[in-house]
Amino acid sequence: MEVTITVNGTAETLDIEPRQLLVHVLREDLRLTGTHIGCDSTSCGACTVLVDGTPIKSCTMFGVQVDGQEVTTVEGLLSAAGLDPIQASFKEEHGLQCGYCTPGMMLVGKALIEQNPTPSDDDVRWAISGNICRCTGYMNIVKAIQAAAKTNAAATLTPADV
Amino acid sequence: MLPSSFEYHRPATLGEALDVLASLGDEAKVLAGGQSLIPMMKLRFASPGHLVDINRLEGLDTIEERDGDLVLGALVRHNQLAGSELIRSKYPMIAAAAPQIADPLVRNLGTIGGSLTHCDPSGDLGAVMLAANARVVLKSKDAEREVAITDFLADTFQSSIEPDEILTHVKATSPSGSYGGTYLKLERKVGDYATVAVATRLVMDGGAIKTAGIGLTSVGLTNIKATAAEGSLVGQTPTEEAFAEAGRLAAAASSPVDDVRGSETYKRHMVEVYVRRGLARSAEIAGAV
Repeated sequence: MEVTITVNGTAETLDIEPRQLLVHVLREDLRLTGTHIGCDSTSCGACTVLVDGTPIKSCTMFGVQVDGQEVTTVEGLLSAAGLDPIQASFKEEHGLQCGYCTPGMMLVGKALIEQNPTPSDDDVRWAISGNICRCTGYMNIVKAIQAAAKTNAAATLTPADV
Repeated sequence: MLPSSFEYHRPATLGEALDVLASLGDEAKVLAGGQSLIPMMKLRFASPGHLVDINRLEGLDTIEERDGDLVLGALVRHNQLAGSELIRSKYPMIAAAAPQIADPLVRNLGTIGGSLTHCDPSGDLGAVMLAANARVVLKSKDAEREVAITDFLADTFQSSIEPDEILTHVKATSPSGSYGGTYLKLERKVGDYATVAVATRLVMDGGAIKTAGIGLTSVGLTNIKATAAEGSLVGQTPTEEAFAEAGRLAAAASSPVDDVRGSETYKRHMVEVYVRRGLARSAEIAGAV
């Protein structure tokens, strides 16, 4: 079945089987292997991507369902301007160890701070509660997401605010 | 994991979707949020030949009050329910349950209609809708019927929907006067099935309880409506003793089993405790104590 999906800003027309999960389409057809498969059973969040800005588990959605929609993967965070603030803050705050959950954590974090520019500890923990990290103990992930929120806030200050 | 092959349909209108279902019979399954159906297909517990994707049908994602009812569209996502101002201000039991369903990512896709039709005894909304005495609207190509939730949640993973029908709306009478409700869920971690969960609701008439609603999750072959416990509260004043008795009756109506989440005895005890606490909280919200 032919579908057109805008992935990280580029329209991709693909011929896919309806039974292919979105994560398969991203990893196998588009070779975007930053989206990971962890549990493959809707539990861990390693496969998180944004569909029209909303974080979802790409192992629990068919590729054909996002025909005509926009998908953002971890590869889409990097721009000509460099690292996205969420990436820079994960680096700065040491928000990762093995890195397996990190793409999902960053995308969930990015979606959260777009909706809530000043999230509390609880807000962040609530938002990432569908994403499992087996290394960090979550402390630095929470710090990284809050640091990114602060970076965003600083970037949107107008001269009058300063 | 790859599901079996299937043919994918994405009708543009409800009428078109019902036509497709009428022609395919039980070969087809309706795909809403997919957060239960897709995992089942990956495990090959379900292998439908056709999937009818209703996600883009318009007008099925509304939360509104109409003719004395709260009317929820089948495609209302759990996070939409959790964030709704109307739900937060007037429907405390639903407001308490919605943010406890699964995890935030699943709530972004999972729908109220899909959750109820899936008929999982561990489903949170089944207990809530039993406590609310809700009804579901089922449409087929040539007919429309309204079914009480007690009849709809027929058996384990088996609702009374026909293969050519789509659940379009869930309705519950809007309460008036003084009322309260909540949802208490015991879970090992976010996203796990409930060990035990309890939906409670009280409508007051002066100092006495006018009606009570109690629904149970994960303690039987279906969500259970604790009718004896509900009946015991009618006409009573909202006291600790009345709530304790309702807790005992609800525990007696439950039939949990031993599993990794706990023993049968423990779960039955937690039903008693949670019904008591849920009713006390409901009375507090109603301003009755």
